Amino acid sequence: MELFKFTKATGIPQAVQMAAMSKTAQQGADVRFIAGGTTLLDLMKLNVEVPTQLVDINGLALDKVERLPDGRLRIGALVRNSDLAHSAEVQKDYAVLSQALLSGASAQLRNMATTGGNLLQRTRCMYFRNDALPCNKREPGTGCPAIEGDNRTLAIFGTSSDCIATNPSDMNIALVALEATVQVQGPKGEREVPIGEFHLLPGKTPHRENVLEPGDLVTSVTLPAAKAGAKQTYLKLRDRASYEFALASTAIVVELHGGKISYVRVALGGVGTKPWRSHEAEHALMGKAADAKNFRAAAEAALHGAKPQSENGFKVELAKRCIVHALTVATQQA
Amino acid sequence: MSDESGLSRRSFLSRLGAVGVATVAPAVAQPVSAAPVALLDAPAPEAIENAVPVSLKVNGKVLDLKIDPRTSLLDCLRETASLTGTKKGCDHGQCGACTVHVNGRRVNSCLSLALMHEGDEITTIEGLGTPENMHPMQASFVEHDGYQCGYCTSGQIMSAVALLKEPCGPADADVKELMSGNICRCGAYPNIVAAIQAVRHTA
Repeated sequence: MELFKFTKATGIPQAVQMAAMSKTAQQGADVRFIAGGTTLLDLMKLNVEVPTQLVDINGLALDKVERLPDGRLRIGALVRNSDLAHSAEVQKDYAVLSQALLSGASAQLRNMATTGGNLLQRTRCMYFRNDALPCNKREPGTGCPAIEGDNRTLAIFGTSSDCIATNPSDMNIALVALEATVQVQGPKGEREVPIGEFHLLPGKTPHRENVLEPGDLVTSVTLPAAKAGAKQTYLKLRDRASYEFALASTAIVVELHGGKISYVRVALGGVGTKPWRSHEAEHALMGKAADAKNFRAAAEAALHGAKPQSENGFKVELAKRCIVHALTVATQQA
Repeated sequence: MSDESGLSRRSFLSRLGAVGVATVAPAVAQPVSAAPVALLDAPAPEAIENAVPVSLKVNGKVLDLKIDPRTSLLDCLRETASLTGTKKGCDHGQCGACTVHVNGRRVNSCLSLALMHEGDEITTIEGLGTPENMHPMQASFVEHDGYQCGYCTSGQIMSAVALLKEPCGPADADVKELMSGNICRCGAYPNIVAAIQAVRHTA
């Protein structure tokens, strides 16, 4: 690990000001915020991240889960994954988020990892994580050996000729299904970014993973007011029963009226270069009966545009079955 | 970890290295009076370039240390504070051997900087119990043979003790899920689960 300066932030303006000195907020940033450290320190040990300045934000008062007067739920960026998963508000109204969080990582990591950090979690692509190998995301212009190489766990949605790396987060998939909003404090003030616009497709610039600019600090994530009667579930399929990243996962938020689907959000994990919302599946389900035939049709629609790589063709059928089973579980809830 | 002579495996090996081959036999035969292991194998604080001061509260004691800012909590505990009960396995948060408690919650000490823990209450396996007065979880691991080589054991026990205060269902499967962050390459899992369940049932 390269040497860095370590500073404890005493306030949000100071943290923003320090980070604004960075030449980028994306891959290769020379100033990094550190919260849980579970991604950043891992990548610093691998020389994938080489910041010269760390700004410890753990002392900032961003660790509350609060119900806002209009019914929305504001989750501070420093709320730990375990605390969020076990928060009474989340368990009652946003079960899909609690389930997604508890399906990720280990109990120890969930005690450390934060909401803001999980939002920015980096890919597990082995080419990205190994600084001896080319990778356009880590070192722009060096190429993507994953495309012809070890890509069993990588993406089938949102890929480009430069990058096929998967977004590994479970939390992000639930946030997409819940239509969360991200609050960002930057040098020019505060702004809000809908979750669907927060992460970027790799395109020609896979080193740019989100909309953050130098100095931008994620301060909170807000969930819309709970929908009474909405049924939710998160289903994660993986190589091991626990402590493993998703090969395919599905987050569902669904409402039924008179036996027909009146509202539905379908988000897919383990298959996209960014947390993947399936408008195709949602469109196929709206107004339809909650039955196996319609679920399968929605899954077919969702995977219609999938582009499997040389080793991950199995994900197409796996993701379809994941969608069907998640819809079945969600709609059969009392 | 200690035999009758009061030597830990680490202090024995350190002394073995220090005294050299010619005096191996006496070193084995004679108990050596307790001396801080740090004197033998840790660099003096002055020797560390770019060192910064840090004050950590470990097992109830305040330790004023000088460390390289890159030092993980794990390396600080082992190499600077000479608390070698906490083990380094993968060093990337994947194996759980380095599990310690910070303010009563279990964390991977390898993925945390020591500098981030000023003011925190840190507990390691050394703070949990002693051979004469074991924590009930330590005693249960002994009783149920919850280990083979023992390398992952301190992490398993720290995780298991934290689990007692976490939301966890009653079944073995619930324990397995919440212990999945602690890998045991010897495969002592059935006995580890039995040891934990025995403590939960008597709690």
